[in-house]
Amino acid sequence: MTQVSIERRPGAPVFPTGFRWRRRSFLPLMAGAAVLVALAALLPLGFVLWVTVQTGWETASALIFRPRVGELLVNTVLLVVLTVPLCAALAVALAWLTERSDLPGARIWSWLAVAPLAVPAFVHSYAWISLVPGLNGLFAAVLVSTIAYSPLLYLPVSAALRRLDPGLEDAAASLGEPPGRVFLRVVLPQLRLALCGGALLVGLHLLAEYGLFAMIRFDTFTTAIIDQFQSTYNGPAANMMAGVLVVCCLSLLWLDALIRGRTRYARIGPGAARQPRLTRLGRMTLPCLLLPIGFAALSLGVPLLTLGQWLAAGGAAIWKLDEIGPALWQTAVFAIAGGAVTTAAAIPMAWLSVRRPGRLQRVLEACNYVVGSLPGVVVALALVTITVRVALPLYQTAATVLLAYLVMFLPRALIGLRASVAQAPVELEQAAASLGRSPGRALWSVTIRLAAPGAAAGMALVALGIANELTATQMLAPNGTRTLATAFWSYSGEIDYAAAAPYALLMILISLPLTWLLYVQSKRSAGR
Amino acid sequence: MRPFTRSFASVAALATVLLAAPAALLSRPALAEDDGIVVYNAQHENLTKAWAEGFTKETGIKVTLRNGSDTELGNQLVQEGAASPADVFLTENSPAMVLVDNAGLFAPLGQEVLSQVPDNFRPSHGRWVGIAARSTVFAYDKTKLKPEQLPKSLLDLADPAWKGRWGASPSGADFQAIVSALLVLKGETATADWLKAMKANFVPFRGNSTAMKAVNAGQVDGAVIYHYYYFGDQAKTGENSKNVALHYFRNQDPGAFVSISGGGVLASSKHQQQAQAFLKWITGKGGQDILKTGDSYEYAVGVGAESNPKLVPLADLQAPKVEPSALNSKAVTDLMTRAGLL
Repeated sequence: MTQVSIERRPGAPVFPTGFRWRRRSFLPLMAGAAVLVALAALLPLGFVLWVTVQTGWETASALIFRPRVGELLVNTVLLVVLTVPLCAALAVALAWLTERSDLPGARIWSWLAVAPLAVPAFVHSYAWISLVPGLNGLFAAVLVSTIAYSPLLYLPVSAALRRLDPGLEDAAASLGEPPGRVFLRVVLPQLRLALCGGALLVGLHLLAEYGLFAMIRFDTFTTAIIDQFQSTYNGPAANMMAGVLVVCCLSLLWLDALIRGRTRYARIGPGAARQPRLTRLGRMTLPCLLLPIGFAALSLGVPLLTLGQWLAAGGAAIWKLDEIGPALWQTAVFAIAGGAVTTAAAIPMAWLSVRRPGRLQRVLEACNYVVGSLPGVVVALALVTITVRVALPLYQTAATVLLAYLVMFLPRALIGLRASVAQAPVELEQAAASLGRSPGRALWSVTIRLAAPGAAAGMALVALGIANELTATQMLAPNGTRTLATAFWSYSGEIDYAAAAPYALLMILISLPLTWLLYVQSKRSAGR
Repeated sequence: MRPFTRSFASVAALATVLLAAPAALLSRPALAEDDGIVVYNAQHENLTKAWAEGFTKETGIKVTLRNGSDTELGNQLVQEGAASPADVFLTENSPAMVLVDNAGLFAPLGQEVLSQVPDNFRPSHGRWVGIAARSTVFAYDKTKLKPEQLPKSLLDLADPAWKGRWGASPSGADFQAIVSALLVLKGETATADWLKAMKANFVPFRGNSTAMKAVNAGQVDGAVIYHYYYFGDQAKTGENSKNVALHYFRNQDPGAFVSISGGGVLASSKHQQQAQAFLKWITGKGGQDILKTGDSYEYAVGVGAESNPKLVPLADLQAPKVEPSALNSKAVTDLMTRAGLL
């Protein structure tokens, strides 16, 4: 644990008389800050409602209840219904092989199952479209998104599988259940929380993604909103579709809460759980190896192969350093600044949820998560209209982009921060206050410092999201901005795939260490 | 209340610093805005970049680009109104220019700009000018279609015989400009009917290059796009147009529409002189020569300017006469939204 030294300030009373009063005065401040952040996060949601009211029911219903919206709804629902179970099955199979069997090289396969996260979704699509130029439609969408997003499910499922107490399985086996049924009736139900959380994450990504589906010509609400935006800027049709998309996201959240249920998952009983015994694969080893090998080939082999081809075909000519340098710089500034701002904004909420949990705190926290599930296109559309109509000085400024990032990625920062604030003893904070530190300084010098590792991990996750963000950046960024993602997109839009390749490579290189961090963290959380 | 105010002040200060620091770091383009011009650019990025570089080299005036599509930036300018940071607006097609002009946002252009562009490439009111032109074509798979199997008119593509056989990029400003010409030439009912048939017949792509690539790969027999995508690809490797040939509809058909790319100066611009100078440069020798020699393959429109010799001469295209200021982007997106294309 980090050493925290607290010196008594000269002249400060040993037992400050206003101590209790001060601690109380800190609560409204933190609560106020948390409310402010939540309100900022609620802007897009409120905006969608406001626009619907403004548009008037007649126009709104004409724009919502039309065949095109029906088509998009069918597309989007089919995509989610097909992709999420596929991702889940793949993730469970890979997790079981890497965690519970004696598969040779399990650790490597485990890392390789997570590594595709370092490849931005639209780069996956770019790789596939280079390999199979005619790829399009629902099948292609399901294929590429399963490859791109199943690591989001693999991470929680494999972590949960590692932590399971094998005692339960032994009990079931001793009652005469064959191994297959033990897995179905004992192991799988215990993975429900991990599966739900991961599936929700995948579902929300499917609803929000633009680049992946635009490239393989599969229309979802998000791609249609961008089409409308490119034709009408922030016209009513775009806003109405954004409203429908918001309803889709909220339904997913509701569905998740419904399925998750209230069952108890914690282990009871004395002592520590023993390490699970690894299943011998025996003669099945070779066929079983095919799954991780196949997945790695599709999810990493294909992008690396096609990227390599384009890089070789482009040669030195595509490395225009006077263009790539500034794009890299702007991406880095946005990612680091956005990470810092978002993490700072998460502090009040994280502090409240640990130190002063209550109804207000639960409502505020829920707001942040709900809004964090909204696609970038909805957030950006709202901020464009708000800034251009009422907050013109903020229009097309870096501050607005950062606000969008904050709204979109706050949950990522919150999760890590909350856990590590909980591990910082409240007594140390109180001791610092009793030694004359103002509440803010006590928080800063004790809790924040102790929570720093968690905060840093959260910040890295936010930065990862920002570095690969396309839609909101495109719609909100100041004039002349060019990030790696937007540069990549504009080249690949003109099917200059070779010129786009260096940008794709750089995005992957930036994301790799962050993905590694994520992998290591999930291992550590499971005690390894 | 001192501790309260103090910590509140420090929180506020922290927030300000956190938001302002990156803004300052990223403000290099913003600084450029002060001593140069901001161009809202819907033209191909490469072309405008070449224009901007040439202009900056000659005049020392810096140019900052904001890239987007025609109607996106046009509608954006209308929303921004007098507060717009833009000095110049360049498009690929005329409808977005009409949109901004109808909102009264363009400043009249000086005679030295107007006199460089012949009458048929600019509206008579002189608030914007043509900067380049492009022709509608039917890019087809020459391994599949013989010349006699080609559609005689754009309207023929509504025929059930063409079901699933042709492509277009409906969300693109280029195709929407073609529809706007159809609207002017044939009226609303005919256009709405054609769009309805199109929805049933066509295969959607995002971007004209992608549509041409699909023709080349044999996914569709043909696509309604502009001519220069073919020439651009041929000049590079030709890998996306090996099997492609261009069919010009001619005969004043709506499908022979020649679309005028426009340029205008915003009335709200605080750099009127520099902005006018930029348009003068583009429509003058320097800018038009880039059209002839560069890799854009768009037609030059300046008085006496020559286009790339590889292109079919503009005069041979038998384009229909369409008054550029009559093209209506709003009506087109509404019609296309109603037809379920958007």
